[in-house]
Amino acid sequence: MAEFPKIVSADPKGVLTGRHFMDGDHALAEGALAAGCRFFAGYPITPSTETAERFAERCPEVGGLFIQMEDEIASITANVGAVWGGKKVMTVTSGPGFSLMMETFGLAAMMEVPMVIADVQRGGPSTGLPTLTAQQDMMQVRWGSHGDYRIIALVPDSPQECFDLAVEAFNLSEIYRVPVFIMTDETVGHMHEKVVIPPAEEIKVVERNWYTGPKEEYRPYKFDGKHGAPMVKAGDGYRFHSTGLTHDERGYPALTAEDNKKLLTHLIQKIDNNADKIIRVEESGLEDADIVVVSYGITSRIAIRAVQVAREQGLKVGFLRLITVWPFCENKIRELAGRVKAIVVPELNYGQIVLEVERAAAGKCKVISVNSCGGAVHDPEEILTAIMEGAK
Amino acid sequence: MSELSPTPEYSLDDNAFREQNPMAEFLRMERMPHIWCPGCGIGTVVTSFAEAIKAGGYDMDKIAVVSGIGCTGRVAGYVKFDSFHTTHGRAIPFATGLKLANPELKVVVISGDGDLTSIGGNHLIHAARRNMDMTVICVNNFTYGMTGGQVTPTTPTSANASTTPYGNTEPAFSLPFLVDAAGATYVARWTSLHARNITKSIGEAMKHRGFSFIEVISPCTTLYQRRNRLGDGVSAMEYYREDGEIQHGADTRTVDIGYQGKIAMGKFVDRPRDTYLDAVVKHLTSVIGDDYELYGKTPMEKKAEEEARKSAAGKGESADICEDGC
Ligand SMILES: Cc1ncc(C[n+]2csc(CCOP(=O)(O)OP(=O)(O)O)c2C)c(N)n1
Ligand code: SF4
Ligand SMILES: [Mg+2]
Repeated sequence: MAEFPKIVSADPKGVLTGRHFMDGDHALAEGALAAGCRFFAGYPITPSTETAERFAERCPEVGGLFIQMEDEIASITANVGAVWGGKKVMTVTSGPGFSLMMETFGLAAMMEVPMVIADVQRGGPSTGLPTLTAQQDMMQVRWGSHGDYRIIALVPDSPQECFDLAVEAFNLSEIYRVPVFIMTDETVGHMHEKVVIPPAEEIKVVERNWYTGPKEEYRPYKFDGKHGAPMVKAGDGYRFHSTGLTHDERGYPALTAEDNKKLLTHLIQKIDNNADKIIRVEESGLEDADIVVVSYGITSRIAIRAVQVAREQGLKVGFLRLITVWPFCENKIRELAGRVKAIVVPELNYGQIVLEVERAAAGKCKVISVNSCGGAVHDPEEILTAIMEGAK
Repeated sequence: MSELSPTPEYSLDDNAFREQNPMAEFLRMERMPHIWCPGCGIGTVVTSFAEAIKAGGYDMDKIAVVSGIGCTGRVAGYVKFDSFHTTHGRAIPFATGLKLANPELKVVVISGDGDLTSIGGNHLIHAARRNMDMTVICVNNFTYGMTGGQVTPTTPTSANASTTPYGNTEPAFSLPFLVDAAGATYVARWTSLHARNITKSIGEAMKHRGFSFIEVISPCTTLYQRRNRLGDGVSAMEYYREDGEIQHGADTRTVDIGYQGKIAMGKFVDRPRDTYLDAVVKHLTSVIGDDYELYGKTPMEKKAEEEARKSAAGKGESADICEDGC
């Protein structure tokens, strides 16, 4: 079998090497270009529009194509089509557009299409707070399309990480043939910070796992629960079929409970069984912690302030930042819950990821939610108060 | 095939039949028998499509078929091309991405009236407006076949459907008028009785650069025909023969179809206009300069090519030297 995953250096054409002062939305576009994304179908929505605009501007320089579609459903579906046309693709959106894309996320999961979607989160529900920050789509990204499936979701906490995680998202999507989501937010999206884009040869890019064997033996799917079959593109002469219906490894509809079990088990296991390889967290002071603050994205930048203040007051407070939110680091939480007094979970929603923390902690320690209705980041005081409560 | 229709009784699993079938080159014979009811017009469209490809001498590896959801949506699963069965209404945006990602493909969308004009109506008009280079074949049976005979945007006023049990009160879209107004550059309509004309139109449409649209009026025998007491497939053919009228070049404002009324047929629109991609590439070349290249080779690819050329030149030096005019 061919080398897998095949890792190469980024194509210098797409890499804007240098030190930049850039916002998160633009950094996302640069990360995608560096990862080899050359097709982007999108639809404008605050606070994500700048990514689409950046892509539209940069595309001609790198030989890529940007198209503004008639709506988000068209955007995401065109992207799925473009993957089968052989391209690496990305789109960005925010709440209302994210909701519109849900059905097609299921199609992408079902067709095992590698693609990247960024949700620059804003306050909801509905049109909500178009210009203000939130982290309210964290469960939607995991469960939003109907049926059972798995996805990967990463959460950047800075413009630099928007760049870095965009590259990583593409790489993961190619390895596992799965849609990968970057769950950023309005604050990170619009915040300008230093973004260092390394030279192309230092950026490692996973190439599509192209099939190279005999034509007669080609199967678009392999239900191995690992990473699935190598891909071809339309026009390569394989004359294959792909459908959103439950299918067999030939891609042909196969509509029994038994068939569905084979397919679904694969879709789920290729992520669940590789969770340890996929999951990335940042941690500090966990070794002897009594209390741990678990947070992600912009909220972790506020949380760290509260953690510092608490430590100054002599409390043993650990800090765990989820870079990968889905799959969820449940083993980590389970282990922590067995030895700490409390886990504090601040997030810019009314309590979403805290539910996962509670599930994994399984009553072994206190779990304190520091929830919010979105619209503004926390005051570190609120998190500090929760830490104090946990220390009692 | 609707839940209401009987299980088709075929005995086609005879391998010899499959291999000898003249359609074997175009169809995934291992998937036969298909799900369509006896007398349904969808099969005719598939046959005409295959005939058009045979006649056009296309490289079959470069044809991609995209369908949405419905009885017609199942076409993608039976044809032996790169083929995609997508979500309800979204065949056109999927096809858009596919075509733009790999412009050497001939992309053909085959789907139903409900799929393309109701849930997918917005995509239809925008693809026409952009003159996206693809052929869209709409099997218009005036109903949602797959889900059991509900009303669609093309159901003639007063016709009976399962969700208009007292008769349809809404006016219907006239599809040639709709897509013409939206910017389609090739528009034709036939009925499923006119298989040879469909074949010819599909051939023309596939040769046409830009957004081509072919409407095929086709019987849903199990639901539309039965519910409206219009008889079987044969009765539908009689209706098409009597009321189908060839009007090439007709003003699309005049070609709407009333309940069991006249059906104007023929090629209504055929005009040149830059496709979406032609316009993009032309414009960007004029703005950015001649080194603009869509999906141009990456520097690494160019380097690899250069090296390959050098090493090939190393092996066959004499030929190269002579060509250089020594
Ligand atoms: C989002 C969504 N809504 C509804 C359906 C159910 N559905 C399946 S096929 C169909 C109608 C198909 O009608 P048409 O496109 O005319 O195709 P036909 O079956 O008549 O060939 C509907 C409503 C669906 N699959 N997806
Ligand atoms: S369109 Fe009507 S006749 Fe044709 S397969 Fe569907 S239900 Fe049967
Ligand atoms: Mg129909």
